[in-house]
Amino acid sequence: MAERIEIGLKSGVPDARGRGVVGKARSFLGLGLSSCRTRDVFRIDIELKGREVAAIRKAFADPVIGRSAIGRLSPPPFEWLIEVGFKPGVTDNVGRTAEVVVADVLGRKLGPYEQVYTSTQYFLKGGGLSRDDATRIATDLLANVLIQTVAVYSPEEWSASPIDESVPAIHDDTEARVRTYDLSGSDDDLMRISREGILSLSLDEMHAIREHYKRPDVRAERQALGLPAQPTDLELECIAQTWSEHCSHKIFAGNIRYMDENGDEENIQSLFKTYIRAATEKIGENIDWLVSVFTDNAGIIAFNERIHLAYKVETHNSPSALDPYGGSITGIVGVNRDPMGTGMGCQLLANVWGYCLGSPFYDGDLPAGLMHPRRIRDGVHEGVIDGGNQSGIPWVRGFECFDDRYIGKPLVYCGTLGTIPVTVTGGPSERKEIVPGDLVVMCGGRIGKDGIHGATFSSEELRQESPAQAVQIGDPITQRKMYEFLMEARDLGLFRCITDNGAGGISCSFGEMGKYSGGAEVDLKNAPLKYEGLQPWEIFLSEAQERMTLAVDPAHIGQFMDLATRRDVEATVMGAFTSSGELKVMYGDRLIGLLDMDFLYETGCPTLEMEARWKPPEIQLPQLPKAGSRTKNLLSLLGRLNVCSKEFKSRSYDGEVKGLSVIKPFVGVYEDVPTDATVMRVEYQSNEGVALAEGINPFYSDIDTYDMTASVIDEAVRRIISVGGRLDRIAGLDNFCWPDPVQSEKTPDGFYKMAQLVRSNKALYDITTAYGVPCISGKDSMKNDSVRGGRKISIPPTLLFSTIGRIDDVRTVITMDWKHDGDVIYIIGVTRDEMGASEYHRMLAEDQGEPGHFGGRAPGLDVSMALTWYRAMNRATDAGLLKSAHTPTVGGLGVALALCALGGDLGADVDMSAVPLDGIMSDDAVLFSESNSRFVVTCTEEKASALEAIFEGLPIARIGTVNSSGRLTVSGKRGRRIVDADLAKLRKAFKKTLWNI
Amino acid sequence: MKPKILIITGYGVNCEAESKYAWELAGADVDLVHLNDLIENAGRLQDYAGLMFIGGFSYGDHMTSGHVFARRVKHHLQEELQKFIDAERVVLGICNGFQVMTKMGLLPGLNGGYFDPKVALMQNECGCFQNRWVELAFEQTSNCVFTKGLDRMPLPVRHGEGKLFTPDKKIFAEIESAGCVACRYVDGTSGKPTQDFPQNPNGSLNAIAGLTDPTGRVFGMMPHPEAYLFPENHPQWKRQKLEGALPEHGSGLQLFENAVKFLQG
Repeated sequence: MAERIEIGLKSGVPDARGRGVVGKARSFLGLGLSSCRTRDVFRIDIELKGREVAAIRKAFADPVIGRSAIGRLSPPPFEWLIEVGFKPGVTDNVGRTAEVVVADVLGRKLGPYEQVYTSTQYFLKGGGLSRDDATRIATDLLANVLIQTVAVYSPEEWSASPIDESVPAIHDDTEARVRTYDLSGSDDDLMRISREGILSLSLDEMHAIREHYKRPDVRAERQALGLPAQPTDLELECIAQTWSEHCSHKIFAGNIRYMDENGDEENIQSLFKTYIRAATEKIGENIDWLVSVFTDNAGIIAFNERIHLAYKVETHNSPSALDPYGGSITGIVGVNRDPMGTGMGCQLLANVWGYCLGSPFYDGDLPAGLMHPRRIRDGVHEGVIDGGNQSGIPWVRGFECFDDRYIGKPLVYCGTLGTIPVTVTGGPSERKEIVPGDLVVMCGGRIGKDGIHGATFSSEELRQESPAQAVQIGDPITQRKMYEFLMEARDLGLFRCITDNGAGGISCSFGEMGKYSGGAEVDLKNAPLKYEGLQPWEIFLSEAQERMTLAVDPAHIGQFMDLATRRDVEATVMGAFTSSGELKVMYGDRLIGLLDMDFLYETGCPTLEMEARWKPPEIQLPQLPKAGSRTKNLLSLLGRLNVCSKEFKSRSYDGEVKGLSVIKPFVGVYEDVPTDATVMRVEYQSNEGVALAEGINPFYSDIDTYDMTASVIDEAVRRIISVGGRLDRIAGLDNFCWPDPVQSEKTPDGFYKMAQLVRSNKALYDITTAYGVPCISGKDSMKNDSVRGGRKISIPPTLLFSTIGRIDDVRTVITMDWKHDGDVIYIIGVTRDEMGASEYHRMLAEDQGEPGHFGGRAPGLDVSMALTWYRAMNRATDAGLLKSAHTPTVGGLGVALALCALGGDLGADVDMSAVPLDGIMSDDAVLFSESNSRFVVTCTEEKASALEAIFEGLPIARIGTVNSSGRLTVSGKRGRRIVDADLAKLRKAFKKTLWNI
Repeated sequence: MKPKILIITGYGVNCEAESKYAWELAGADVDLVHLNDLIENAGRLQDYAGLMFIGGFSYGDHMTSGHVFARRVKHHLQEELQKFIDAERVVLGICNGFQVMTKMGLLPGLNGGYFDPKVALMQNECGCFQNRWVELAFEQTSNCVFTKGLDRMPLPVRHGEGKLFTPDKKIFAEIESAGCVACRYVDGTSGKPTQDFPQNPNGSLNAIAGLTDPTGRVFGMMPHPEAYLFPENHPQWKRQKLEGALPEHGSGLQLFENAVKFLQG
């Protein structure tokens, strides 16, 4: 029995958390309660004596505004009480902190199973709520029943119920057992084993495993060591994990027969090698700043003589669909460990995030088991806000992209930029080496059942029964402690090699590191556990968070462990690295797994054979409105989800910790217009900096993923150029999120989806090599489908292309907002009639009740022309000619001009008839076409001729002048006035859609 | 001689890099010392002229912000801290550091009562974390050594719990009359203290952004002067530059320079 302490606010103290519940119940569920007071409940599962519990109560509560009681605190008047706690085994970060206070009060260290558990009470009043209403508030707003418990009480029930002092502790005394899998059965048996074990192994893969275990040399060795002939559970689980799509990227590594629209065939052996890595290798021949690409947890590029940069973007989609908060906080805290585990370990400099979601206003049918997109959005933001803010890493980029095909699986991108000294303890910091005999050390959090099967699960489409174990909750504070310890240990030379524990837990990290020495031998009985009852294979596969794996020279282990103790970080020697070519797993003195490293990582997994057939889709056009004013259309465009201001939620992310920001995510007089790229310093002592940007546009995928890919790369590069980044120092990251593209019964359109993937890769090769922008790291997530409620929802093929550019001197960068009355406005680049899948066409199509009629030509890309414009832009910025620069993208020139005007709070008179065009075009196309490679820039009248001289022979046109009229006016063909809008109206249209949402 | 400043690190506080840079730029020497190392050897505190509780998320803001860090510091370091303050040293707390100092009772420190909490920094009125720039006005009559001679200053806030509050109105009157208010959130145009969001980002009573103890040497504030050391930190720096109004350093530096000047006598 535990001690229970309840803490509330004194009466008269406002309860902001409770007020938030009232607001959300109203706006989200349409329930009008009048008040909600909240309480924190702690249950202390620790043997306490005498006055100890009273001392703990005193230590828990704030004496100024709080009141507290042991047992029950008298409740405020209420009609319904909801109490939300955690299910057994779910990470309880507040409970963990409360244990620190208890330990101080008791004056001793707590044992591993002496724990504090928390829950929250919500006392609801008013609105005449029924029990069903209260339950809806509990399950649709306050709790996620996958990981949390909910209890609803009326006042009578509450006073009649006994005081709940139970705790969600796991008491599992199951003995450790090692089973073997019998793979001698039929194909049906094999697939049943795969399915029931959530192994996600294909029949081919099961056959390959069976054959491996049949090999005479394998049998002989196993017999000699006393291992069963058939694979043990740990072995099969480890193979499944390693070979999962999530870990081994089989689709990008497989063979594809691709047939284009003319019936011409081509065989591609590995998309990754053929297009992505080949492009980087080709570019790498001409540049000297690639330090480590595609081999480590993050890509490393040179920055200056002192430091390198490491950058990585990840996705955390499936867990975020099940538990948006837990999934996304794990996403951000997890990707922090990528640079932390890159080279000898990087310092963390900045975070980026981006989400692809269903509309928060979605009012269509929602398949059973899926959360409403608004709830997913709230939870995902909250998770990344908490994870990033608590880690002390500023956000520098963020985006949201809305399409209702993401209601099945939201995409949650999280990325981290790190720095590392060029040399660490006398050697190159990017090195990865291990000497046989070095100790295998795990440090950070303890191991529980959390996240078991995370990797295999994320390689499957989301099914109703997807396991709750796949949900984890990141703990930024445990990680922050570990991070600071690791940086200290690194600089003291206390470890030789480091990597993170991500998908697959130590089964992956021990093996990956074992590759450097040629093997490893570990004893799982050494593993620190959150609770008893874990089977050895579960220990091996657990994805419990905040853990890193290190190789420590035995000569340094004493010093290493001592520092860990002083920094309050748990570290455990799990075994030693070897050169045996094998991963040997013990449980105490019993051998329970032996895996041949070559079979596991290199030769064992059969190569996928896939097929792709491309046929351009036929998509109808919307009807263009009659000639006339487009002011209303522009206002509507500005308010659309994919254009409108995302500032409201963004303000809750800390973007300024470290004090290095130069161009913040929002710029302009009112700091309310998004910048094209953000810029920050990297070191306090230097004016050098980095620019970060990205491009994403899944809508063009509906026409051709080649155009989509070309466009997002162009956008991501152009944004860097616009703030003054150098074209020759831009690197990229590719994140492919695709629906399952392998043809099968459940994916009858696999040939087409695979062709989309091939075309995207072809474009990536073509454009990155032409621009000289190498991909330094990337990731793919290939099963973004949901089949819940009998309905299959697949995401549109989505490529996020993130860029990082070097800024030689941050004091010279350029922002997008207009600066002064009288400045001259230029358009650079050629506008074409490229309205296919544009924001404008999609808006017209939706308004006309035919949302599928968004056809037309998607934006193409003439790389050789674009390159000459970008080089000229670099010269113009170097010469200090520009006062503002902006890249038109979604919504075309119309939206671009509006945003520049809003940024400067300045009007303009613009004449579109001067815009350089490719052919004869309608006013609509000039205003709203999304042609690539263009800029809108301003300069003073005095510098206009110098600017024109730099762009001589290139498409540049003076289209107007900035003024202080407070209006944006645009004339089209034959001088017709097509836009005449008041800035206040434009601003309102831009900001109102997602304000307070 | 350069004054020596101790910055406590660990357990989720995270502004050590820029805080160190701020003091160094102002002419001080800085040691970053992990809380555990300080607890182990509490006496070393007396080797320093100044102590800083930095911003961050000590213990994740669990059980309300600053609560657990404050408890631990008070539990292990109360005597040394009292001695430190009595010896005419300076103590600075920014954001989470201000929360920690308030929770401990170091602020407002009315009548020399340093370990008896009087006010709380509680959840923002708007209900969520806010990162935005605000305009501050420093109290001209305050004897705070950090803010001496300062008038107005733009600085960023980055917090979820910055609303200075107590249900006890008398305490507020005492804080005001003892000169413990060091700075307030003001309307950028009128320069008047304001309760309106977002100029007052958290709904703090009397628009209070920072408190000093009656000696003027113990000071805490929610906004981040250490995040405005470079002129390019200001959101409008491009405009300031075009207008020839870009300062050489970010204005936040002035608070650290003031403290160093004081310590150098």
